[in-house]
Amino acid sequence: MYVILVGGGKVGYYLTKQLLEEGHEVLLIERNAAKVENFVERFGAVALAGDGAEAATLASAGAARADVVIAVTGDDEDNLVVCQTARQKFHVQKTIARVNNPKNEQLFRLLGVDVTVSQTNFILNLIEQSIPDRPFLHLMSLRHADLAIVEARVSGTSVVAHKTIGEIDLPMDCVIAAISRGTHVFVPSGTTQLEPGDDVIAVTHPREEDELRRLLCEECYP
Amino acid sequence: MKVVIMGCGRVGARVASNLVNNGHDVSVVDTDSRAFRRLPHDFRGDTIIGTGIDEDVLRSAGIEDATAFVAVTNGDNRNIMAAQVAKTIFRVPEVICRIYDPVREDMYRRLGLFTVCPTTTISAMILDHVIGAGSTLGSET
Repeated sequence: MYVILVGGGKVGYYLTKQLLEEGHEVLLIERNAAKVENFVERFGAVALAGDGAEAATLASAGAARADVVIAVTGDDEDNLVVCQTARQKFHVQKTIARVNNPKNEQLFRLLGVDVTVSQTNFILNLIEQSIPDRPFLHLMSLRHADLAIVEARVSGTSVVAHKTIGEIDLPMDCVIAAISRGTHVFVPSGTTQLEPGDDVIAVTHPREEDELRRLLCEECYP
Repeated sequence: MKVVIMGCGRVGARVASNLVNNGHDVSVVDTDSRAFRRLPHDFRGDTIIGTGIDEDVLRSAGIEDATAFVAVTNGDNRNIMAAQVAKTIFRVPEVICRIYDPVREDMYRRLGLFTVCPTTTISAMILDHVIGAGSTLGSET
């Protein structure tokens, strides 16, 4: 694969190293000429001094034949424009942006960036998952399908406690995929009754997450 | 009319004070509080410290009720991103974005942003004057 990286910080450095080791063709674009020299000294002629958001720089990097353009500078606005330029001007099939402000993930995808990576969100998720007894966990996002997998614990006061799945008025675009009860994990049917303390694993549209949370564990988020 | 202006440089400050003098409700956003010194001392608009590419900052500047958003910081990419936030997230009816780089300006104009490119405009005016009216408008140096 031909990979163009924009941003020669630590993320750019380790990506370059790793991708080269995996046998990919890599070109790193970095504004700071001194940093470019370091890259060239370390990895050979794989770095180019210039502004990756400028079409001329991307053109001399051969963006038109790049399989993927990855923007990993510390500035979200630069990463956005790099990806949009790569897509609009050079028809790059896949663009990936590092997102520093986690709130920008959604915006970037709305504006045509294929993949966003937010370290902040990633670390937040890890912290959330390692807190025991959190009653509602976002396990993962299935971006291209716009779906999320969540885990929720049924509380004693929940309106769904002691009801069968068939009786529950689940939000649209939401299914209960599995139930974890004690040491037993099983796929429920319409007649399965939910008990307080059950961990429910559901596949849901992100906009239904709050509704699902209310339904299953109302008192945890008053 | 409510207008949010991002970037309190010479252009931002001038546009802001002009609009206020014409009776409009104006908020100016800049990352540097010292930039607000460019505004007249009796400026009656709001000043907000922060970056206009942050939705929360824009919200506190009142973008949800704004009729127009003007992005005139010195960073092309910052202006481009903020303008797209204003347009796609907040659906501001009039979004104006300054882009110095003519190539970038051309691309984002095609993508539907209302753009102003000082580089092409000023170059064209100078060339007009030097070579003669009408002969070079819109062409690159």
